[in-house]
Amino acid sequence: MAVVFSKPKALTDVPLHYCPGCTHGIIHRLVAEAIDDLGILGKTVGIAPVGCAVMAYDYFSCDMVEAAHGRAPAVATGLKRAMPDRIIFTYQGDGDLASIGMAETVHAATRNENITVIFVNNAIYGMTGGQMAPTSLPGQVTQTSPYGRDVKTVGYPIKVCELLSALDAPEYIERVAVNSVKNVLNAKRAIKKAFQNQIDGKGFSLIEVVSSCPTNWGMTPQKALDWVESDMIPYYPLGVYRDKSAKGAE
Amino acid sequence: MYTQILIAGFGGQGVLFAGKVLAYKGLTEEKQISWLPSYGPEMRGGTANCSVIVSDTPVGSPIVSVPDILIVMNLPSLDKYESAVTKGGCVFVDSTLIGRKVERTDITAHYIPATKMARELGIPTLANMIMIGKVIKETGVVSMDGLRDALAKTVSAKHQDLIDANLKAIEAGFNYAE
Amino acid sequence: MAKVLMKGNEAIAEAAIRSGCRHYFGYPITPQTEIAAYMAKRMPKIGGTFLQAESEISAINMVYGVASAGLRAMTSSSSPGVSLKQEGISYLVGCDLPALIVNVQRGGPGLGGIQPSQSDYFQATKGGGHGDYHLIVLAPASVQEMADLTAKAFDLADKYRMPAMLLADGTIGQMMEPVELPEDMSGPKYDKPWAVRGTENKREHNIINSLYLVPEQLEVKNFERYKKYAEVEKNEALCEEYMTEDADVCVVAFGIAARVSKNAIDAARAKGIKAGLIRPITLWPFPSENIAKMADRVKGFISVELSMGQMIEDIRLAESCKKPVKLCNRVGGMIPSPEEVLKAIEDMEGGAF
Repeated sequence: MAVVFSKPKALTDVPLHYCPGCTHGIIHRLVAEAIDDLGILGKTVGIAPVGCAVMAYDYFSCDMVEAAHGRAPAVATGLKRAMPDRIIFTYQGDGDLASIGMAETVHAATRNENITVIFVNNAIYGMTGGQMAPTSLPGQVTQTSPYGRDVKTVGYPIKVCELLSALDAPEYIERVAVNSVKNVLNAKRAIKKAFQNQIDGKGFSLIEVVSSCPTNWGMTPQKALDWVESDMIPYYPLGVYRDKSAKGAE
Repeated sequence: MYTQILIAGFGGQGVLFAGKVLAYKGLTEEKQISWLPSYGPEMRGGTANCSVIVSDTPVGSPIVSVPDILIVMNLPSLDKYESAVTKGGCVFVDSTLIGRKVERTDITAHYIPATKMARELGIPTLANMIMIGKVIKETGVVSMDGLRDALAKTVSAKHQDLIDANLKAIEAGFNYAE
Repeated sequence: MAKVLMKGNEAIAEAAIRSGCRHYFGYPITPQTEIAAYMAKRMPKIGGTFLQAESEISAINMVYGVASAGLRAMTSSSSPGVSLKQEGISYLVGCDLPALIVNVQRGGPGLGGIQPSQSDYFQATKGGGHGDYHLIVLAPASVQEMADLTAKAFDLADKYRMPAMLLADGTIGQMMEPVELPEDMSGPKYDKPWAVRGTENKREHNIINSLYLVPEQLEVKNFERYKKYAEVEKNEALCEEYMTEDADVCVVAFGIAARVSKNAIDAARAKGIKAGLIRPITLWPFPSENIAKMADRVKGFISVELSMGQMIEDIRLAESCKKPVKLCNRVGGMIPSPEEVLKAIEDMEGGAF
């Protein structure tokens, strides 16, 4: 009988702990499929963040390192410098990458460190129970912005792709989403490209994946995906922000 | 022999370098050596000093607080360290830059117009080496033999062409008669 | 082997290279910047990595990355910078990763000053970051020891799978002395089957991790680690004893304070006072046995420190408060003079406790 569906080799058998409707599972699978497709499982080292994906080290079957909160790009830098022939990726959330780890992110990018960064933006701190993230939308109600994010006192959300695109160095920056089949397929393409770039020695590639958090957003999974479409994507437009190797690029 | 040397002046006068020359020379004579610079936020100007110990026995503290030999290249340094010199010790004074005499009578003072001599010899930056020449002459803390080798180690690779000028300055100091 | 004159900081860097370290990450801070400058010159020529990190925090995490791959890595800094590294050091410990951290101490707290200090003794020997742990802490007192203890630190770190710290000070870092450097200082080789270098599809994946959400498991990890620490304490405590055989007064000092103390002890002996010195070379493990043995024979101990009195607590623990322990100290970048130490020795000899 023909196999029509199977688990990627790059995932272990450990059941994911994520909440119902959370899109981390989809993104894990897309990363794993990219690793499988490119045949790099045996030489890949992944770095898990602090946040909901903290236990990603149990889910990916490649060698894994758990980093301190926000430090994954620095840890990745060490690993890549030590082993230039290995494929190094980080998997980070918005608090990890854009708040406590902003310095590490920006500097790894400006060094064009030859690593792949998967950045999951769900506009909230999930693991600690739904606090305001650097990417929470204006007016968004969270545990630490109970009256809605007030941009006058706490500032505006950080648009990571736009910010990093201001740097000369990075190779590839794209924002995708996983709220529809079409978007998932496109995200798969982008993630694979981010790994391919590293294989080709091109440098820093970051894929921001606009994601959902039904539990902490207080929505049903379907409603959360609708909110991604109606509120998140208009604020965080999808698309390629930087592709240095593209035809016509500088 | 356990000789403690303190060299002091303004930053930029080559105080640290002068100490290094003595240290490298001592090393080539298989002496025990320590060289300790003052370090501060300023790169030029300000005060600089360095402690050098040349000894036949292992060096204890590298900090020279009671020098046997004091070399001063500006007035504040003489004012600050004159009282610290050990009884019977020597002070070497750049008399171009320091107008006053040493007040203590229990130490030997040598006055060398090093900055003026350096200018006249066309090596205005090497007053420090003229002072070192005089120190070698009067104290014998290191010998003049094989100085070129010690200088070759002290001078950075890109300034090896300056060894002759340094030697000339040391010799001028060595031969200077007060 | 020819002796060369080197600054203490340079000796650390060269010894690290000769110990097989090819990955250095740092951030500029006085008075240790020569280490970074030396690495910046040398590493590119030998296929190594010198990277000036965006922060001390990033530097220690880059070290964490290299250490995860099972390779020798180091970072260096001075007191305020080492405070920033504490998070990363705690993670290195939590993952049982070997690495070298150099602290060329300066005065504190806060921005403090840039002159020598030993006031990071507690931070270095009692943990420093969060959680229960120790580092192996080595305290060089000469440029030669800056080199030798760098090699030893890498060796012990690999041997026990734990980070090691070289706790130096601004004086030893800045001074030049003759030093002999063997061509190869890399010592024994250690297998690192735990390292993450890619599975090559031949084994289960390795995980470098310090997260244990099940309390029972985390407790076991801590117990295991402290069993290891007991081994380190049993095997690795190291000190130099100077004129202790017949000493009535025992000075305890490390690093630059020990150098000054030796002068004072020579001066005391010249006056007929039987003074001796115990110079801890490892601060953790602390050479408690040597101190304990002395406690039965001496009138008392003098802890000479460039701090408000930190090591003095370990001396008291080691000698079980059998004899008085007096502090002779200067702080803020000041260094006790031999005369000050001599005075403390004379006071104790004369019965003034």
